[in-house]
Amino acid sequence: MAKTDGNGYTILFATIMVVVVGGVLAGLAQGLKPAIKENERFEKQQNILYAMGVNENVAGDGGVNFIPTDKVEAEYDKYIKEAYIIQNGKVTQSDEAFTVDMKKQSKLPKNERKMPLFVGERDGKQFFVVPMYGKGLWDAIWGYVALDKDLVVQGVFFDHKGETPGLGANIKERYFMDDFTGEQIMSKTQYSGITVAKGNNDPKNERKDDNKVDALAGATITGDGVSAMIKSTLKSYVPVIKDFKTKA
Amino acid sequence: MAILSKKDQRLILDPLADDNPITIQVLGICSALAITAQLKASIVMAVSVLFVLGIGNVVISLMRNIIPSKIRIIVQLIVVATLVIVVDQTLKAFAYELSKELSVFVGLIITNCIIMGRFEAFALGNGPYRSFLDGIGNALGYGVILIIVGFFRELLGSGTLLGVKVLGDPIEKTGLYSIGYENNGFMLLSPMALIVVGLIIWVQRSKNPALVEEN
Repeated sequence: MAKTDGNGYTILFATIMVVVVGGVLAGLAQGLKPAIKENERFEKQQNILYAMGVNENVAGDGGVNFIPTDKVEAEYDKYIKEAYIIQNGKVTQSDEAFTVDMKKQSKLPKNERKMPLFVGERDGKQFFVVPMYGKGLWDAIWGYVALDKDLVVQGVFFDHKGETPGLGANIKERYFMDDFTGEQIMSKTQYSGITVAKGNNDPKNERKDDNKVDALAGATITGDGVSAMIKSTLKSYVPVIKDFKTKA
Repeated sequence: MAILSKKDQRLILDPLADDNPITIQVLGICSALAITAQLKASIVMAVSVLFVLGIGNVVISLMRNIIPSKIRIIVQLIVVATLVIVVDQTLKAFAYELSKELSVFVGLIITNCIIMGRFEAFALGNGPYRSFLDGIGNALGYGVILIIVGFFRELLGSGTLLGVKVLGDPIEKTGLYSIGYENNGFMLLSPMALIVVGLIIWVQRSKNPALVEEN
């Protein structure tokens, strides 16, 4: 056994092991990449449709139910009519909108950012779905908000990377997301966004024009993150959606 | 089981009952708490550990004579980590939703003490064939408990099994719910996994008093 105890042997062994393992994992990652990318695409389509209200939610059940993955592609093509990229105030129709990496864009200066906008139609009504990306307590949060042409929220979807389970992680629960439906993002004529507010005297969320939804207990910073994300993202979209309305 | 010698049989059968990694050795408890709220997640975790432990034991056993003893724990960790990444990537490619549900727990297989325990205690000192049997046996012993706990927690907590509403519909009030039965939401919380494991330990030890430790 003496030969396996030397320092030279130990270093040699470690080197070979790392190279072999690295090679195997790199090969595997390359091989599975297409399948994983496809799954991520389906998930994004599910999320966008969910915000638009195209989902399999059951009243009273309280669970979040997406369109099943095997049907989502067809449903997405059926409901989402057009996709745009907004860059520095300029709106261009582009199929690339779907593949825009929100994380990368969030690091660019504001006037260089590509901001995607998906325009969908359901039951003869137009929906503007806006992707958002922001910061929670621990890590990234993101989501989609669907607005109608009068800038009233029709539905939202949130997700997060690592918020605290049972507290901030509940932003992806239906009872939180459902609260946003019907909220105004304008306060009279002024842009205001939507604030996740504590003690807003309206826990049942009956007033839809107060630009506030009830906060989650124990998730102050995640809630603030959601407010900030909505406020900063939607601001740039307001003139664009107003434009769509006057043109239509 | 005629293909296996008596000694080899014991390698597989012992961890299923009298030398069970969870109920007797009390290893791998944290994953048993975390993922047993649903039967499906339990089964996937059991299968993943079966894969990682079975193959890992063979790999370590094949290398047992060339692994430098100074860095053997790190070598073991690398083998587990590699296999876990393989499982994780495969799940992401072929069972995406499940992989999102399991998310961190697949990564946590790395820290599952059963795996390092078997590498260190068995695979480093035995041939690949016997190590493979030992790995399979221990992973099955772990998986059986996981599935039993998952079965009861999902059945009593959500009234479903593998997502199928076996007790009727709690909202429409059909089946058992029509006579006033309610789901016990408590079963979905982690502490109840410990209590179910505790009950299994109780049953097992009362059937086989030889397992009871002397104080």
